[in-house]
Amino acid sequence: MNIWVKRVYAALVFAFLYLPLVVIAVYSFNASKYSLAWKGFTLHWYGQLLKNNTLVDAAFRSMTIAVVSATVSCVIGTLAAFMLHQYRFRGRRAVFASIFVMMMSPDIVIGISLLVLFLGVGLSLGFWTLLMGHVTLCVPFVTATVYARFKGFDPTVVEAARDLGAAEYQVFRRIVLPMAAPGLIAGWLLSFTLSLDDVIVSFFTTGPTYEVLPLRIYSMVRLGIKPDVNALSVLMIIITVAAVLLSRRLLKEKS
Amino acid sequence: MKDSLFKRLVVTGVLGWMVLFGAVPTLMLLAVSFLKRDPDSLIEPALSLASYRELLQPALGSMLAESMIMAATATLLCLLIGYPFAYIVARADRRYTRTLLLLVMIPFWTNTLIRTYALVAVLKADGVVNTFLLFLGVIDAPLKLMYTPAAVFIGLVYTLLPFMILPLYAAIEKLDLKLLEASRDLGASRFSTFRKITVPLTMPGIVSGCMLVFLPALGMFYIPDILGGARTMLLGNYIRDQFLAARNIPLGAAASIAMTVIMGLMLALYYKSVRRAGRKVRI
Repeated sequence: MNIWVKRVYAALVFAFLYLPLVVIAVYSFNASKYSLAWKGFTLHWYGQLLKNNTLVDAAFRSMTIAVVSATVSCVIGTLAAFMLHQYRFRGRRAVFASIFVMMMSPDIVIGISLLVLFLGVGLSLGFWTLLMGHVTLCVPFVTATVYARFKGFDPTVVEAARDLGAAEYQVFRRIVLPMAAPGLIAGWLLSFTLSLDDVIVSFFTTGPTYEVLPLRIYSMVRLGIKPDVNALSVLMIIITVAAVLLSRRLLKEKS
Repeated sequence: MKDSLFKRLVVTGVLGWMVLFGAVPTLMLLAVSFLKRDPDSLIEPALSLASYRELLQPALGSMLAESMIMAATATLLCLLIGYPFAYIVARADRRYTRTLLLLVMIPFWTNTLIRTYALVAVLKADGVVNTFLLFLGVIDAPLKLMYTPAAVFIGLVYTLLPFMILPLYAAIEKLDLKLLEASRDLGASRFSTFRKITVPLTMPGIVSGCMLVFLPALGMFYIPDILGGARTMLLGNYIRDQFLAARNIPLGAAASIAMTVIMGLMLALYYKSVRRAGRKVRI
């Protein structure tokens, strides 16, 4: 392929991926309310956004659930990765396979099966069920990220600690955790963005008492585009991109 | 040696968690799909194959087939757009690869609902595409893009393209260039080198990319909701409607089980292609 053909092709694909994001950003600073025509720069919509309590509340709830579920997922996922890396037990391969299957499972199947569980047990849908939903979604990804980090370790360090008389918990706390720290933080940020990004699992696992941002936007979009939603989208894009850049930085330290 | 308390706690905790949130809900879903529907209490505790029978009936069957065709078409479009792109990125100057990949990742990380919503701004009657085409004079009146099946395809491809590009990139990047050179030296044309060497060796990437696009494409009910007309439906819309609108939980569960079976088949295909590609490399 000619170098220019390649460049133009790549540029077109990037244009396709970025055009909608750029349009949203432009709209959010455009003084004109509905049309694309540029009527001058304004921060008015950002001001409007702050006055829109339902939207700000929903954004705040999304952030809360993302932080809490990322933290819980990180604990469970790290322990799972530690278990898979350090211990030999029956059914280890089955655990590997299940984690992979959970990672591949379509979101809607995860959401629906959890809904059936919650209905069956008689839990009312809200913060706690949403948290369980997001944790279920995120744990396999944390496990995979942290496990990859563990695999890069020198196993003799752990053996040396054991030979010197460290108990299992001490090995985990003093040796493994500090070495895995960048992987842990990357896993945390990954879960954080997965949770912020999720629409489908949230749709089935949360109730009217705890409406998160994507669901709020979902019900608003049917009523047409609102400029303050553009402003909010721009803020959310900035937050997720920052989280991703940070996690990549931390993962890069490894190599 | 007796296991330490810590080890026992970790193993029980993690396995317990996996059983509670992985195995139990799946088994419950499976069980519910074999129960009868009850208009009042939602589920009647009586075994029945009614939901599966209904799923195979012509009316539903054609809806399922249509939704599979939609997801498959979106997958094929992603593959056709993504393969050359992944190839270009994988063969680009080392200095730029990381940045190019990061640029692919960024939209993939931003909220898909926000991105779908952003597409509305691009596709609507006074949106970017129409304004641009009117400005160029290609069209006289705005095209109707929103609320068409085309908008749903654009939405699916736009949202899922990075899921296709990343595994393809990983597979193409691993490709041993010596094999391609050897093929050319032995007189194969560019096309037959591509067909007989490049494609089989990158098959695991192709299959995993297709899997990562096809399965979510079946389930993303909000894309037809926001961009498509009233008629366009994916399997996800159907499952959601059974649970929330029609209140036919066994039927919704059976449709979800069908989706899980599709996933199982695709995973099997993936393993087969990995093994086959592995064997071919060794030869």
